[in-house]
Amino acid sequence: MIWMIVLPFVGSAIAALLPTNARNAEAWLAGVVTLVTLILASASYPAVAAGDAIRSNIEWIPSLGLNLSLRMDGFAWLFATMISGIGFLVVLYARYYMSPEDPVPRFFSFFLAFMGAMLGVVLSGNLILLVVFWELTSVFSFLLIGYWHHNANARDGARMALTITGIGGLGLLAGVLLIGHIVGSYDLDRVLASGDLIRSHDLYVPAIVLILLGTLTKSAQFPFHFWLPNAMAAPTPVSAYLHSATMVKAGVFLMARLWPVLSGSTEWFWILGFCGMMSLALGAYFAIFQQDIKGLLAYSTISHLGLITLLLSLGSPLGAVAAIFHMVNHATFKASLFMAAGIIDHECGTRDIRRLSGLFRFMPITATLAMVASAAMAGVPLLNGFLSKEMFFAEAIETHAISVLDTAAPYVAVLASAFAVTYSIRFIHGVFFGPLPTDVPSVAPHEPPFLMRFPILLLVVACLLVGTIPALTIGPFLHTAVTSVLGARTPEYSLAIWHGFNLPLLMSIVALIAGVILYLLLKDYLSRCEEGPPFFRRLKGQRIFERFMVTVSWRWARFVDYRLGARRLQPQLRLLVTVAFVAALWPLYSRGFTPGRFTLTGADPVFAGVWVLGIVCALGAAYQAKFHRLAALILLSGAGLVTCITFVWLSAPDLAVTQLLVEIVTTVLILLGLRWLPKRVQDGPTIASAVPGARLRRFRDLAIAVSVGVGVTLIAYAVMTRTPPPTIADYFLEKAYSEGGGRNVVNVILVDFRAFDTFGEITVLAIVALTVFALLRRFRPAPDSVDSPEQQRIQTAFDEAQPDRETGETIIDYLMIPAVIMQWLFPVIIMFAAYLFFRGHDLPGGGFAAGIAMAAAFILQYMAAGTRWVEDRLRVLPVRWIGLGLLLAAFTGAGSWLFGYPFLTSHSRYVDLPLIGDMPLASAIFFDLGVFSLVVGATVLMLIALAHQSIRRHRVARTIAAADEETA
Amino acid sequence: MSGVILILALTLSQMLLVAAMACAIWRLVRGPRAQDRVLGLDALYVAAMLVLLTFGIRTGSTTYFEAALVIALLGFVSTVALAKFLMRGEVIE
Repeated sequence: MIWMIVLPFVGSAIAALLPTNARNAEAWLAGVVTLVTLILASASYPAVAAGDAIRSNIEWIPSLGLNLSLRMDGFAWLFATMISGIGFLVVLYARYYMSPEDPVPRFFSFFLAFMGAMLGVVLSGNLILLVVFWELTSVFSFLLIGYWHHNANARDGARMALTITGIGGLGLLAGVLLIGHIVGSYDLDRVLASGDLIRSHDLYVPAIVLILLGTLTKSAQFPFHFWLPNAMAAPTPVSAYLHSATMVKAGVFLMARLWPVLSGSTEWFWILGFCGMMSLALGAYFAIFQQDIKGLLAYSTISHLGLITLLLSLGSPLGAVAAIFHMVNHATFKASLFMAAGIIDHECGTRDIRRLSGLFRFMPITATLAMVASAAMAGVPLLNGFLSKEMFFAEAIETHAISVLDTAAPYVAVLASAFAVTYSIRFIHGVFFGPLPTDVPSVAPHEPPFLMRFPILLLVVACLLVGTIPALTIGPFLHTAVTSVLGARTPEYSLAIWHGFNLPLLMSIVALIAGVILYLLLKDYLSRCEEGPPFFRRLKGQRIFERFMVTVSWRWARFVDYRLGARRLQPQLRLLVTVAFVAALWPLYSRGFTPGRFTLTGADPVFAGVWVLGIVCALGAAYQAKFHRLAALILLSGAGLVTCITFVWLSAPDLAVTQLLVEIVTTVLILLGLRWLPKRVQDGPTIASAVPGARLRRFRDLAIAVSVGVGVTLIAYAVMTRTPPPTIADYFLEKAYSEGGGRNVVNVILVDFRAFDTFGEITVLAIVALTVFALLRRFRPAPDSVDSPEQQRIQTAFDEAQPDRETGETIIDYLMIPAVIMQWLFPVIIMFAAYLFFRGHDLPGGGFAAGIAMAAAFILQYMAAGTRWVEDRLRVLPVRWIGLGLLLAAFTGAGSWLFGYPFLTSHSRYVDLPLIGDMPLASAIFFDLGVFSLVVGATVLMLIALAHQSIRRHRVARTIAAADEETA
Repeated sequence: MSGVILILALTLSQMLLVAAMACAIWRLVRGPRAQDRVLGLDALYVAAMLVLLTFGIRTGSTTYFEAALVIALLGFVSTVALAKFLMRGEVIE
């Protein structure tokens, strides 16, 4: 059974990889996938018909109660067959419908993925899993509706569908979580067995409101119906599949699925009854006045789904039977009608009923098929639509709960049916009969190829067979489905065509006659009127939706941005720091705060002296930061150095080594950046002191800074003067060697215990490096730092003034000895990096430190001889280093799968190497190698991207100069 | 006896090294020229390296030598970068 879901997704992946013009290959692939799914579904019927649900369970996240549990009972089977069967027909149809210019792989890929998601929805045996697939259907329907993304309507329609169904999906998730909370399990079997518990629970009402939010949005029910007509911008095969048989059916499917558990309450009846009745009547009414064939069909779909919703709202088992029956019937006739509409569009180039007429002469077979399907839609006897409509009428007459809604039901039912007859006749009469079309883009419409018609033929034959001999065709399958939903409550029902002269039949006859009369009355008006129904033309759900979206995503967003966001760093920092301060103060204030007693035992005067120096440096850096960037940077280096000494003193040699390397590389990085910062505004201080309150603001900021700093110090002091409880650190210290095979606990944590975190972190590092690179490619420096620095200009001028000197000789002279040393140090530093790397597992060092040391080696070369010289001789290719590192880390992690261990399990042993002797070797070393490679790549990439700015400037200057010469 | 001498020598040398660091930081803070600051930073690095070495000797452990090694081998990188920045206005041309 899992294959039924996996197969479409696999097919989707393959379809995405095929070339753009492989129309036939795509169609074959999709056809085979859908057919195999259909066969798989059919093959499981005997087991399902035996009355038991088939289950399969694969553990996914058992700790959250989330398993890949699938469950197929009769109802799910019916839907799975419908999804795969109609899916196959739509694939066949789409092969002929899609034009050669369309990128077909995208279509079939999305289509198959959608089918897989839909099958997932119906076959899920776990509510959370169901929601996951539910969201997937929303996403893929978004992609499918927006398939022609160059078309603004398609984009808007897709976005609207996604927004509405996405909101509903969130509601559904919350509702499902509530159900899971009530029942204590997300397993569908458990949930279905606890109906009484759920109905009597306090959270019942919120749960059903949220779940119905999901289902009603998905099924395009009033008041969320408006996305469906807008989704008609999708290619017709998509509409035929999504908007008749699958996507919109997911909502009613879930309602029927949970019907035994949730239905029967007043809330259920009122919400669903109201929404269903409104959709039923308004959908049918709107459908009459649509000029677009697909729009007509879309509103008719809303109306029919409203009928199903209304049936489900009643809470009577017979209503549920009728609902399930009508789901199947609607899928068959509506899919065929959509396909017919697609053929008309395809042949004539328009779907406007006012422009189309008399097409019967050109395509008699299609016309006949469409007529039969429309008759089924209108509920004409001897067709399947009639049967379920009769059942609906019978249910509407019955009194279920005495209320206005219940009293109105029969009248609304007859009215909506009459409307259905009207719009069905309008569709057929307007398109196929009447004078020859005069206003049609295509000159000679003709019958489509047989295989394009074939899906319609098959579906229409199904309509006929079900309509004439229901007991022999759909009967047993329907019965299996109904019993699987209703269980012991399955009522006696009869699928016979003839029940004798009774009230439902009378209602049908009234509806048919009224519909015909209504059409005759409205005919002239309809051929002239503008789009949209009278009275409601102005009140469009779409407009309300757009207004709402603008308000939320534009006005409110702007308001929030204006109030809370600040372009400048200082107000943001002020806000952030103050909030953090208050947040930290609150618990201290409410729970009391007692720092430990202050003692001076064991104080080390040397360490204290070093710290005093560090504090001086830090204060100096803060003081100079605003106007003396270079001095501040140097002082910062001093403070950093003191931090490193502190690490050593407090026995963290690993941190010290890494921090030192980072200090050094960061200094170079900041210096590279400093060159591009704009110069200081000369009269800056005077402006600042001239502004009233500027001094006051500074004092306020100082006060904030001091109080926050003192607060952090106090907290740190309080923590340090307490004996810590046993922490996770003890565990690591204990297990590092026995389980990680390394003596350096920090490194073992990084590459073994917490390797997955490290993996995530290096991925982030790679992303950051690439982002820096990408941003710097578009970097435009401030106007005053575009020119060469002053020093260079003076030196160049000096070189040029002397006849015996060449340009650039000064720098070469000055750097003569340092450059040689720096170049000679290249192999030494690489050796040092290797040393740090290899000893990392047992002693201070490791991939990260080694990577930075290696990057420093490269940077030194750049500094010694300049970018061009180095790049002529040494191709660093940092992006490849990054890629290699990521791949290596990932493969090492995946390698442990081969031995049946979880991702990133490390294995360590001692290897006896010749000459070197016993050497500890853990598989984590390859992971560490990945870290090393990535760190080298990322660091070098960022630094060199900055360094390249100066070359680019020269290049730009040269091109400008060349252009000037040309014009001169 | 030799132990006492060693302890005394180490304490004295660490005191003096911290004093040297203080002198270097005086230059860092005072300047007056940027070149003085760069030179001060370099001296600070050297002193710090020696502090780390004496610390290693005092604790009798070799674990801390790597940090000293990093300063010895790569500490000059930031000095070079700063010097080049002062001389040429940019670090990598």
